[in-house]
Amino acid sequence: MSDLLLDIKNERLSFFTPAGEVKALNNVSFSMKQGEVLGIVGESGSGKSVTAYSLMGLTAYPGKLIGGELRFNGHEVEKMTEKEFRKMRGEEISIIFQDPMTSLNPVYTIGNQIVEMVRLHTNKDKKEAYARAKELLELVGINEPERRLKQYPHELSGGMRQRVMIAIALACEPKLLIADEPTTALDVTIQAQILELMMELRKKLGMSIIMITHDLGVVASMCEKIAVMYAGKIVEYGTTDEIFYNPKHEYTKGLINSIPKLNQKEKERLVPIEGSPVDLLNPPAGCPFAPRCKSCMKICLRQMPPRTDLSDTHYTQCWLLQKAEFEGKGGKAE
Amino acid sequence: MSEQKKLVEVQHLQQYFNAGGFGKNRRYVQAVDDVSFFINKGETLGLVGESGCGKTTTGRTLLRLYEPTDGRIIYDGNVIYDSGKLPDSEKKIAVDMLPYRRKMQIVFQDPYASLDPRMTIGDIVGEAIDIHKLAANDKDRHDRIISMLQRVGLNSEHANRYPHEFSGGQRQRVGIARALAVNPEFIVCDEPVSALDVSIQAQVVNMFEDLQSEMGLTYLFIAHDLSIVKHISNRIGVMYLGKLVELADSYELTFHSVHPYTRSLISAIPIADPKAARESKRIVLEGDVPSPLNPPSGCRFRTRCPYADEQCACEVPEFKEVSSGHWAACHHLDRVK
Repeated sequence: MSDLLLDIKNERLSFFTPAGEVKALNNVSFSMKQGEVLGIVGESGSGKSVTAYSLMGLTAYPGKLIGGELRFNGHEVEKMTEKEFRKMRGEEISIIFQDPMTSLNPVYTIGNQIVEMVRLHTNKDKKEAYARAKELLELVGINEPERRLKQYPHELSGGMRQRVMIAIALACEPKLLIADEPTTALDVTIQAQILELMMELRKKLGMSIIMITHDLGVVASMCEKIAVMYAGKIVEYGTTDEIFYNPKHEYTKGLINSIPKLNQKEKERLVPIEGSPVDLLNPPAGCPFAPRCKSCMKICLRQMPPRTDLSDTHYTQCWLLQKAEFEGKGGKAE
Repeated sequence: MSEQKKLVEVQHLQQYFNAGGFGKNRRYVQAVDDVSFFINKGETLGLVGESGCGKTTTGRTLLRLYEPTDGRIIYDGNVIYDSGKLPDSEKKIAVDMLPYRRKMQIVFQDPYASLDPRMTIGDIVGEAIDIHKLAANDKDRHDRIISMLQRVGLNSEHANRYPHEFSGGQRQRVGIARALAVNPEFIVCDEPVSALDVSIQAQVVNMFEDLQSEMGLTYLFIAHDLSIVKHISNRIGVMYLGKLVELADSYELTFHSVHPYTRSLISAIPIADPKAARESKRIVLEGDVPSPLNPPSGCRFRTRCPYADEQCACEVPEFKEVSSGHWAACHHLDRVK
């Protein structure tokens, strides 16, 4: 299993809040090969960001990893200390946050912030680091890099700031780039620019990307694999085509049906998912989606369905598929 | 649509905000400039554009939540605002809005910020009923509130709760119930689903459609997400930097747009269909939207337009009808492919 860049098995992570234990991640398992682009989709609170943050050791108190194995590029992430994390962050794994307005430091120039990153992780002196910063700005398509290096974040537009964030993230050519809703705060035309840039850089640098988003359109055009998360669980995982054209989990189907499609000629009524997202403070005993599911059975409310493999790359967790399999073998379902 | 009666019409609407400076140096944010359109009764007009293009300002100015700096607003045949500066206007008109507030309502974008945290849901919905004195007595008021809540999918027990006890989708329902409480004819929906999760968006969009057919409402639906706007609207207007650049039937606009900005906007939207996404070609626009403090001369889109030439820099393109019901403002429509 040496070709795997990332391998997460049964990760469990909780936030211990005064109101009780919030089970943010509940037995999350997935793996990624070098160079792959994985999309994680789900609603707010489904655990998509936490999954990525836990890889970088960014889930601070009251968050606590309570189980599972996380292998990343030869590291046993669950056993790493803060010092080891600090070395790994930026060099092997980097992140772009959602809001470029707040994730840059307003009192330092752009140049300062990029140089800081370069000098922290390499032996370059100030001058060399500055040259590298200029090179990085050129890489992310910012013109007049000399002038930009001397500017402060408030002097740049949202799209520009996100480019600077990408430049900082790529300063040490990480193996894995986590993009946490990188374009949600941006306008569509700027979003198109940033997505284009990310795909170009990926080709150039050969890194892997984890794309966290709630926008199915973004994953459809960018990702090779998709993980659909709901209430701290990966409910379905597969290649982009498998997820979009052959969704098996009721939640995935619901998500795809609930968005209006721009290229659709006939007007169809949207099919919403009824109800509202689960409260993770006291999640239901069985499948977390059961209370909102149209095909909910008795067993769904009692017991979490086991994993059903549909192909080498496609799996889901749903009792309906277990039932189909069971009936296929000549049995009779409850 | 059987009856084609104009319910709302704006002519040459202009909204400049003061941005400091004195005398010659006085500067203005040209948020909305020379925008004209009408909305037929029972119709939904969508308004799309990027942030800062003036779509929200248009909606609010239309309701006279902001006093327009120029132009004319006509509601149901009555002029409710006239700056007196238009060539065909006689005098300045600015009517008392209170009777019109009953007919024209608004649903705000952020359901977390638009509900008073210290009022119960019942009082929030009931406030408009009190102001317009629609209820004969306390029982009538209560019944009206409950029926409004039920109409938007909430129930009577919710009336005594406070906004913080609700999820985003439920709060947006409260916002809608508040707008509906006075039985309006026309509602400005200002990005009503942008703050909601995808699965909840569909619930709210469907509710807007149901309410429209039940109550015969007319909507101005403002959003930045063209897919949603296309779904709900009969016609769509596209705005760029304070100007309306294209206006057409929603099918016509999404499949046969003529303005270069609309085309790039449509191509920039990621399609939730991997095969179509692989085949489609993106027209990626260079650069950012210029500042409305100092918009480019001539056509405001020229700084990012692939077709721009000298004519675009000196002449403002006229907003003209290119085919029946399809309007656009561009000098080079014949060259746009």
